[in-house]
Amino acid sequence: MKKTTKNNLITFGGTLILCVVLGILMQAGKLNSMTMGLMVTIGIYIIASTSLNLTVGVLGELSLGHAGFMCIGAFSSATVSQILINNAGAPNWLAFTLAILFGALMAAIFGFLIGIPVMRLRGDYLAIVTLGFGEILKSLFNNIYITSDKNGLHFGFTNPPKNIDTATKLEILRGPKGTSAPDLTNFWVVAAVLLICLIILMTFIDSKSGRACMAVRDNYIAAQSVGINVTKFRLMAFTLSAAIAGAAGALYMHSLANMLPKKFDYNMSILILVYVVLGGLGSLRGSIIATIVLYAIPGLLRGINQEIVNYRMLIYAIILICLMLWKNAPVFINMREKIKAKFKNKKNEAADLTSGGAEA
Amino acid sequence: MSELKKNTAEVQGEKEAAKKQAVGSSEKSNATMLEVRELSIQFGGLRAVDGLNLKIKKHQLYGLIGPNGAGKTTVFNMLTGVYKPTTGAIFLDGVNITGKSPVEINKSGIARTFQNIRLFKEMSVLDNVKVGMQNSTKYTTIEGILRLPRYFKEEKLMTERAVELLKVFELNGEKNALSANLPYGKQRKLEIARALATNPKLLLLDEPAAGMNPNETEELMNTIRFVRDKFDMTILLIEHDMKLVSGICEELTVLNFGQELAQGETSAVLNDPKVITAYLGD
Repeated sequence: MKKTTKNNLITFGGTLILCVVLGILMQAGKLNSMTMGLMVTIGIYIIASTSLNLTVGVLGELSLGHAGFMCIGAFSSATVSQILINNAGAPNWLAFTLAILFGALMAAIFGFLIGIPVMRLRGDYLAIVTLGFGEILKSLFNNIYITSDKNGLHFGFTNPPKNIDTATKLEILRGPKGTSAPDLTNFWVVAAVLLICLIILMTFIDSKSGRACMAVRDNYIAAQSVGINVTKFRLMAFTLSAAIAGAAGALYMHSLANMLPKKFDYNMSILILVYVVLGGLGSLRGSIIATIVLYAIPGLLRGINQEIVNYRMLIYAIILICLMLWKNAPVFINMREKIKAKFKNKKNEAADLTSGGAEA
Repeated sequence: MSELKKNTAEVQGEKEAAKKQAVGSSEKSNATMLEVRELSIQFGGLRAVDGLNLKIKKHQLYGLIGPNGAGKTTVFNMLTGVYKPTTGAIFLDGVNITGKSPVEINKSGIARTFQNIRLFKEMSVLDNVKVGMQNSTKYTTIEGILRLPRYFKEEKLMTERAVELLKVFELNGEKNALSANLPYGKQRKLEIARALATNPKLLLLDEPAAGMNPNETEELMNTIRFVRDKFDMTILLIEHDMKLVSGICEELTVLNFGQELAQGETSAVLNDPKVITAYLGD
């Protein structure tokens, strides 16, 4: 079997087993509500970080606006689910499925449109522009108002729409005051979306398109010289990454009672980027593990005792710095290699002994 | 020997005549693979290449030599579309490819290697070659994601072809290694294999022997000849190693300060006093 296929199967299988085990524990009532809430949020962040890994790890472009695409997915899906449930009377599962798909589609469209100018840039410039677009998308939803009444939908930009029939008034998007989407996200939905997204990412990366993206990452002049349309594949990966982030945003929106647009800010983009970078660029498994560990740390610190709560972000920061050093500082790299070499030597010695014995 | 020269001269004359006949008709009966007419490029006040003419026949091993800074790599960059020439025209197999993008030029049949090796370092040796087959693979991205039958069929075909190519270059044993971990000589070979994977008509090699020891150069000469014969390839190469140049090139063009200094059969050109002066000084 091919090495990539094997690796992918291990990652996918591990995630699947983890989901099933957690699901069984949850059904058996062994988990408290805080842990269950944590599981849902971590699952959503895993979807976001693996999708960002496509842009940062596979395509090799630093994107600082990933939360912006989650924001689009979140608010467009909230609009659809509320309209479908309240105005069209659709069943919850159908409304939610359509809402997630719509969120992903809208994020993909915006990802494509933003990608056209952005993907002409490289390196630092690309990072700055994506940072800007992320903030613009957040501000956009800070200013959109959608209200429905018996006369239909009313839109407002920067101000709430006027002349609303108060008896049948239903506020769908309330600008900076946020949106209250129905609480539909549960563990099983997150697990299903996560597994589907993982499959899409893995199959994309392990196909000719993924190879083309990696070729562009490694050397774009050489990629052009073998006939790879650099812009096309960069745009393709960026759009796919945005679409999956949109799905994550849709799940996030429906997991909280009230979601404010300002939640999807620069900090969130950086948080996801931290998961990707510390998990390892280009490694989906790394992103998954890093997200679980790094998201759980602040939560667990909160759980230990009240004293530590004040210092939890400090401890979190120290852990991050230590991890970075462990990964990249030459001292630690040497140390790791020495340890590895020792293990190898021991193995070799053991092998020598046995083979020597056989000869004698 | 002189007879042979006379023969080739006659053949050349015939081909010229045939070409003249072919002008105006859509038939490409001439055997010229690459024709460059009055190619020039200007960077600001510097005319890096000035009025270069080249004519490379099919199946020929052609050398482009010259002292450092003569404009050889600039010529390559114009041929492959990295630079747009200021004036002049490039014809590949009778088709005008002047000013096209690198991607289009690769699709029309020119593949190249680079002076400073440019492999896809974080990818395996096999994947490096498979990237070269990108455009001859027909399955779409959606088929790839959904893993439809065509994905498996074409991926299998691709792998088989790539392995065959790697076997030619004796790289099959390392097909799963990261290309960055290959020794220098093998990286050069892998670059040639990757270029061949795009099914080119014309292969451009930019200093293939740079940094190689005499043994490796010897081996490389055999490889280049073998590639030319096995794949029926036309090869244009830039080289400083005179042993390689005199060993395999059939014809040479010498560039000096962007202008053609001499052109013709290898032995004649290398004994030209002008060329010797350009290399060694007065």
